[in-house]
Amino acid sequence: MLNAIWVGLIITAVIFGAINGRIPDVVAAVTDSAMFAFELALGLAGVMILWMGLMKIAEHAGLILALARSLKPLMRRLFPDVPVDHPAMGSMVMNMSANMFGLTNAATPLGLRAMADLEKLNPNPGTATNAMCTFLAINTSSIQLIPMTAIIYLAAAGSANPTSVITTSLIATIFSTTAALITVKALEKTRRFRLPATPTLPSQAPSDTPPPQAPTGEAAS
Amino acid sequence: MNVEIISSAISNGLFLLLVAGIPAYAYLRKVKVYESFIEGAKEGFPILLKVIPHLIAMLVAIGMLRASGAFETLSKWLAPALSAIGMPAETLPLALVRPFSGSAANGVMAELITTHGGDAFISKVAATMMGSTETTFYVVAIYFGAVGIKRTRHAIPAGLVSDLVGVIAAVLVCRWVFL
Repeated sequence: MLNAIWVGLIITAVIFGAINGRIPDVVAAVTDSAMFAFELALGLAGVMILWMGLMKIAEHAGLILALARSLKPLMRRLFPDVPVDHPAMGSMVMNMSANMFGLTNAATPLGLRAMADLEKLNPNPGTATNAMCTFLAINTSSIQLIPMTAIIYLAAAGSANPTSVITTSLIATIFSTTAALITVKALEKTRRFRLPATPTLPSQAPSDTPPPQAPTGEAAS
Repeated sequence: MNVEIISSAISNGLFLLLVAGIPAYAYLRKVKVYESFIEGAKEGFPILLKVIPHLIAMLVAIGMLRASGAFETLSKWLAPALSAIGMPAETLPLALVRPFSGSAANGVMAELITTHGGDAFISKVAATMMGSTETTFYVVAIYFGAVGIKRTRHAIPAGLVSDLVGVIAAVLVCRWVFL
C-alpha cells in the first residue's frame, strides 16, 4: 500500500507538473522538501528527546499506569490484543490525551513511543498489527477538543465569535473518529487486509479472557 | 485579542502542567527524576534516526505534488460534486491538502480566513475542517517508519475515510449551526 501510494504521488506530481507547465517548480520541490524534512526532523529531535524523558519520569511515578487504568474499559475494547498492563497502553493513552489538548509537539513523540511499545507485541515484524492500525486510525482522525490555531486565526481576522468553531469541530470530530473506528474494525478482518495466518495469533480470542496458551510474542511481556 | 490571550493561556497552562507538574509530582513520590529523565531521553535517539528516512521520502513526494499544481486542477474537476453537499468550492484545496501536510493545510486555512474574514461561512467551515481532520499520510509515514512497518494494511484507507467523513461532517455541521 505504502509503495503504491508513494510511487503514485511522485508520478502524479510529474504528470500534473507537465500539464500545468510547472516542471521547474516540481524539480525545485524535490531538493527543497528533502532539506525541509531533515530540518523538521532536527526540530523534532529536541522536543522528542525532552518528552521521552518526561514520559519516563511519569512512568516511574506511576502516573502512566494510573491514567491507563482509568481508561481501561475503553482501551480494552479498542485494543483487545494489548494486555491491559502493557506499557503500550500507557503510552497510547498519553498520546491521545496530548492530542485531545492539541499539544502536537508532545503527541508525536509519545505516539512514536507507543508504536515502539506496540512493536514489542508484534509477531510479524514489518507488518502492522490490528492494534497499530486502530491506534493510527484514532491518530489520523483528529481527536483534538479545541482547534486552538483555527480560533486564533479567526480572532485575528476580526471574528465576532471565534470560539463558535469549538462546537462545530467537536461534533465533526466525533463523526470522523467514529468513522475511523468503524472502518478500521471492519477492514481488519477483510480478505484484503487481514493478517497473514500465523498459528500463534489469537485472532478470535475474546477481549477479557486471555487465550489458554499465551502466544510467543505476548508471553514475554 | 482577548480570545487569543485566553486560548494561549489555556494551552500554556496545560503545557506547563505536564513539563513542571510531572517532575514535581514524581519528586514528591521519591522518584529519582533526573536519572529517570536521562534514561527516557536516551530512548529518543534510535526512534528519531529511524524516522528521518521516512520523513524525507514522504515529504519529498508531497512537496512535488503540491508544486505540480495537482490540488488546484483536482479542485476544478471536483467542483460540481461539491454543490451537492453545499460545500464552498474555496475550501476544497484545504480538504485535498489536509491528509498530506499539516503546515500546508494551515497555510491554506489562514489564507481563506484572511481573504474572507473571520465571520464568513467559508472561514468557519475551513476552521471546523482543520479541527476534524488530520495529516493522515504524515502520521502513517512517521509512526510506521519508526518501527519499520512496511505492510501498513488498512491504516491508510481508514485514515482517509475518516478525513472524508470529517470534511463532509464539517460542511454539514457548519450549515446546520451557522446558516
